[in-house]
Amino acid sequence: MKIGAPGTGPSAGLSTSTTLPMAQLYKRPRIREAVIQAVLFLCGVLSILITAGIVYELGKESLRFFTTDLWESTNKPLAVSVDASAELLEVGPAGAALRAGDIIRLDGEEMRVESVQDNIIRVVRGVRGTTPAPHQAGAEIFRSDRVSLVEFFTGTQWIPQIGRFGILPLVNATLMTSTIAMLVALPLGLAIAIYLSEYANERARSILKPIMEVLAGIPTVVYGYFALTFMTPLLRTIFGRDIVEVYNTASAGIVIGILVLPLVSSMSEDALNAVPRSLREAAYALGATKLETALKVVVPAALSGIAAAFIVAISRAIGETMIVAIAAGAGPNLTFNPFQPAETMTGHIVRISGGDLSYDSIDYNSIFAIGLVLFFMTLLLNIISQRIVRRFREVYE
Amino acid sequence: MMDHLSTSPTTAEQVFAEDLSRRHRTARTMAVIFQASTIFGIIVLLTLMYNIINSSFGLVAWQYRVPPETLAAGVPLEELPKEELLRILKERVSANVLRRLDREKPLTARSEQELYALVMERVVQPKIVKTWSLVDSIFRRREIMQEVARDYPDAHLRFRSWLNARFLTSPQSSRPELAGVRTAILGSLWTVLITILFAFPLGVGAAIYLEEYASDNWLNRIIQTNINNLAGVPSIIYGMLGLAIFVRAMEPITSGIWFGAAEPATANGRTVLSAGLTLGLLVLPLIIINAQEAIRAVPNSLRQASYGLGATKWQTIWHHVLPNALPGILTGTILSISRAIGETAPLVVVGASTFITVDPSGPFSKFTTLPIQIYQWTSRPQDEFRNLAAAASIVLMILLLSLNASAVLLRQRARRRIRG
Repeated sequence: MKIGAPGTGPSAGLSTSTTLPMAQLYKRPRIREAVIQAVLFLCGVLSILITAGIVYELGKESLRFFTTDLWESTNKPLAVSVDASAELLEVGPAGAALRAGDIIRLDGEEMRVESVQDNIIRVVRGVRGTTPAPHQAGAEIFRSDRVSLVEFFTGTQWIPQIGRFGILPLVNATLMTSTIAMLVALPLGLAIAIYLSEYANERARSILKPIMEVLAGIPTVVYGYFALTFMTPLLRTIFGRDIVEVYNTASAGIVIGILVLPLVSSMSEDALNAVPRSLREAAYALGATKLETALKVVVPAALSGIAAAFIVAISRAIGETMIVAIAAGAGPNLTFNPFQPAETMTGHIVRISGGDLSYDSIDYNSIFAIGLVLFFMTLLLNIISQRIVRRFREVYE
Repeated sequence: MMDHLSTSPTTAEQVFAEDLSRRHRTARTMAVIFQASTIFGIIVLLTLMYNIINSSFGLVAWQYRVPPETLAAGVPLEELPKEELLRILKERVSANVLRRLDREKPLTARSEQELYALVMERVVQPKIVKTWSLVDSIFRRREIMQEVARDYPDAHLRFRSWLNARFLTSPQSSRPELAGVRTAILGSLWTVLITILFAFPLGVGAAIYLEEYASDNWLNRIIQTNINNLAGVPSIIYGMLGLAIFVRAMEPITSGIWFGAAEPATANGRTVLSAGLTLGLLVLPLIIINAQEAIRAVPNSLRQASYGLGATKWQTIWHHVLPNALPGILTGTILSISRAIGETAPLVVVGASTFITVDPSGPFSKFTTLPIQIYQWTSRPQDEFRNLAAAASIVLMILLLSLNASAVLLRQRARRRIRG
């Protein structure tokens, strides 16, 4: 009797299957599983596409910004008429000085200046796709003035109407509001975290934690309203109406500090709670007071988490938009006086894009360049905070 | 035997005792300082609420350009039939304006309520002359009544709650007396609906992949780091990304032209669809991170039991892991919704309309949202708009608080289920 042959085993009469394929013990390929796994993998990859999209789009428009020609009149008209092939042009004596390497435009034709000698300039005709053409005496000469990276990062004026695109006023205002916010949020946040983790009993904690969560959930517009309608009048009453202007960076900074306060306190508290009790008990056993334990034992042990909390808070404060848009003022202004209005990077982006600008004007493209700077600033801060956590995290047992 | 101890203590012990009392004093002071910091948080919250409530209720003095009583002898304006309202409009409003309104939506096709709103806005034209805060209205009531009698003899003075049923159901208007948040609320709801439809499946899918399927190789580590970084990118950057991709590059799709649902003349990419997708990108990292934590919290024994009974990986996930992780995933989703509802900057960049009175009717409509409405009203200098902004803030915060409260309840229920 063959084992497994139909009609022979104990279940003969019930079994209708053929011989068990004992050699085929590999997994049956399940197509549905593979498809599902592929779909889920694509979901995960989408996040990389998002980052790539951010960098690509911001970079593309920024490139357009840096390569847009701003034609400025040199007030130096052509002195003698030329035909389409002349390489030497005589220009008027007055007006801006032309230099070798400048790109100039006469009517519709663009030329590159090779050398300048008194009032004669040698040019290469018809550059950048334009065709050489004859020009009459008295034709105006325009010079191309592109925004260079140096001018962008070190210029101290942001006045698009006259072609000044220096980002320093915006960066300065951002740093000022963020500094003021940190001066408010860091000490208070750390103090609250220490209180909640070391001192508070269950009842206090059950009241305070929901309050912190509510503070964290308030939308930034409402904070902006609060900054404009409460904080600014308060500052004006304290410091005087002629010192504090209606729009100023101080009230925006303070309210941003209130905004990130719950963030600092909850992340710091998590870090403090992660320190094992044994460290505290050891300190108490050596006769330390509660304060000394908290400040000299627990906080240093949780330092990596607290530092990460600080950096995340700074990054959040830098990226904050609505509070500064409402309360800090609507015009770039390079000043160190916190009681004066000054527009930050984010506030500027919101103001320009909320207005009626056409898509390809240089003002419009400039917001992408600012956005790129902002993106890399916050990205750098986030990477630093992750590095700090990973490197300095204390490992217990 | 203990003689030498009962005599005066040595200098070292003396120094220690003084030092100890100083340390205790410092400890007590610092404890008070820590406690005061927490009180600061409470004070800030109370001040914020006081500030908003103070501006949302109060006495209002207003005048009518054409008193409603003179329009329809004796009969209150709200009860007039449609024909009467149309007649009043034809009498009192210029022909040009009538033609423009008719082009927007035919006057005869408008409902009685809409015609009443038009009569109020164009003919009666109530104009607020002064408003007062709640505190002033309560404590200085007599002074205010004298001031109104003196300066504005024609005005009516009434206590008004800026947050009332009409505020919630009226559309946007350039007149603060008649403005409401209906368009804004509907815009917010439409936007958030699209956000969740887009971000929830993708986010949970990515979380399932990262937690269940992904092995520890370089690609998956990059994906994880990338998601953590994206969670920290400022919201306005997402707005610019949405502007570049959804509004400009994908304009045929997002404006509805491709689907034949919009007129090519006025349609552009600044629609509810673009807004929803942009916010979807913004909350995607949050949903992924929250869902990851929820899936990670499912005990491994559950999975092993399922495999032991012969289930495939997907069957295990679909029938066991996901239902178990669902409360946590939903909590994260609700928190993301509340984050998305409160966002303003990305939508301003994407292009919320500055002034629309027509409710959004589909994914291809122009839109405005509640936070953007608050932003616009706050930016106006007149006092009445501050009151409107305060009332709208209350609406927004009630919405968000109820969302957050339901998230907290869900989280507690999930914890209770796991524990017992």
